Amino acid sequence: MLSVENLSVNYGAIRALHDVSCRVEQGEIVALIGANGAGKTTILNTISGIVPSMGGVIAFEGTEITRMAPHLIVRKGICQVPEGRRVFARMSVQENLEMGGFILSSKQEVAQGIERAFTLFPRLAERRKQPARTLSGGEQQMLAMGRALMSNPRLLLLDEPSMGLAPMLVEKIFEIVVEINKSGTTIMLVEQNASMALSIAHRAYVLETGEVVLSGDAGELARNPEVRKAYLGE
Amino acid sequence: MFLQQLINGIALGSTYALIALGYTMVYGIIALINFAHGEIFMAGAFVGLLMVGVFKLNIFLAMACAMIFCMIMGVVIEFIAYRPLRKSSRLSAFISAIGVSTFLSSLALMVFGANAKGFPDQAFPSQQISIGDADISTLQLLIIGVSAVLMISLEFIVQKTKVGKAMRATSEDYNTAALMGVNVNFVISFTFALGSALAAAGGVLVGMLFNAVSFNMGLMAGLKAFAAAVLGGIGSIPGAMLGGLLLGVTEVFGVAIGYSSYRDAIAFAILVLVLLVRPTGLLGRKILKKV
Repeated sequence: MLSVENLSVNYGAIRALHDVSCRVEQGEIVALIGANGAGKTTILNTISGIVPSMGGVIAFEGTEITRMAPHLIVRKGICQVPEGRRVFARMSVQENLEMGGFILSSKQEVAQGIERAFTLFPRLAERRKQPARTLSGGEQQMLAMGRALMSNPRLLLLDEPSMGLAPMLVEKIFEIVVEINKSGTTIMLVEQNASMALSIAHRAYVLETGEVVLSGDAGELARNPEVRKAYLGE
Repeated sequence: MFLQQLINGIALGSTYALIALGYTMVYGIIALINFAHGEIFMAGAFVGLLMVGVFKLNIFLAMACAMIFCMIMGVVIEFIAYRPLRKSSRLSAFISAIGVSTFLSSLALMVFGANAKGFPDQAFPSQQISIGDADISTLQLLIIGVSAVLMISLEFIVQKTKVGKAMRATSEDYNTAALMGVNVNFVISFTFALGSALAAAGGVLVGMLFNAVSFNMGLMAGLKAFAAAVLGGIGSIPGAMLGGLLLGVTEVFGVAIGYSSYRDAIAFAILVLVLLVRPTGLLGRKILKKV
């Protein structure tokens, strides 16, 4: 579904990604794990088109999207939940969801999307008119995910959904990620919480300083002694 | 006397507010002080004058032409002078804006000459209406009415329409708006078009109010409107409206109680006083920079 081949990205003189290749198949949850600064977020941002690549090819469903503008990539069916949630703080919950449905052409589709988001996250329905800045961290994460789902993406890019959340909420969010995946959305997940990520993913890639060092079945990676030592705290 | 001066102040203040809106919207979306905005206002006044004087259009049509002309002008300026500098420091873009400003006022000087020109009398046959002891001209009512209609329309566009919501989203978070499928370049052009149209309307109204249109009218009006935008809290649309009105009213009252030689200083004195107490302006929000 998505293939990234030999991707390189620089921030000025600093090399953020070097020759990274990975792929995501229809229906999968693929996790990218690695330490802070390994380049996980950069991969997602390059796929979304907000960070330019220096070399390499990104293709989605057979079309090259490497140099496509971000707003056109969304129309291809890829949507991102950015790191730190990035809800529009001064806009209401409802307006945030409407923004998520920006590419939808009819008001009816937007209304249906909002209803779907409220079924998935009933808490948001209670806070529909509140500015997003008044929501708790967990609620903001729900809003950011609901907002991204508004555009009916076929591939959802999730960047650190567990960041700054209480352990109970993290589990809840991951349950919802699995639910979203089961209802037919393919997911690429970036996480620092490697054990959580590996427990729900089908496959995973391990990144170190901008390069893929390990990849494979998520269950096998979780049993790999090196991974356990470096990322699972053993 | 009080009512008289209040109406004078509101009429003048509405024109400041119209110009201030352009500064505040552009700043809100790309954090640039569009120094050339005053010259767009000047261009609007000249186009209005030409339409009334040469093409004999009525004042509303002339104003519409001025607004359309300046919308295009604003979009072109952004495209040529600011877009290539989008990723450079804001200082470079600001210097580019000063360049555009100087270029446009010099161009107007070359084309129209140094003398101020007035609107022909039949452009808007103004009459005096007496309310109590106040004499209010229909021109002042026109200014207040047109400004109010334009500002309400703007508020409607920004709050209720799809492109308005995209503007607010882009001004909050440029990248995330793009991730939602918003074409941020289009939104930025649209913001320049809206701000420039309001400035053009302001230019025509001010041209009639003072019966003078000149190549350098954009400088002081632009500075005062900028002061109004900062006073209200730069980036805030209601702030620009409030700041403009407040500045206009204070200026008129300052003149009325005898400080007419400090006319232009009054605006900036208020600005300094307010910023000492509230650095974000009256309705401005504290900007938290995330690293």
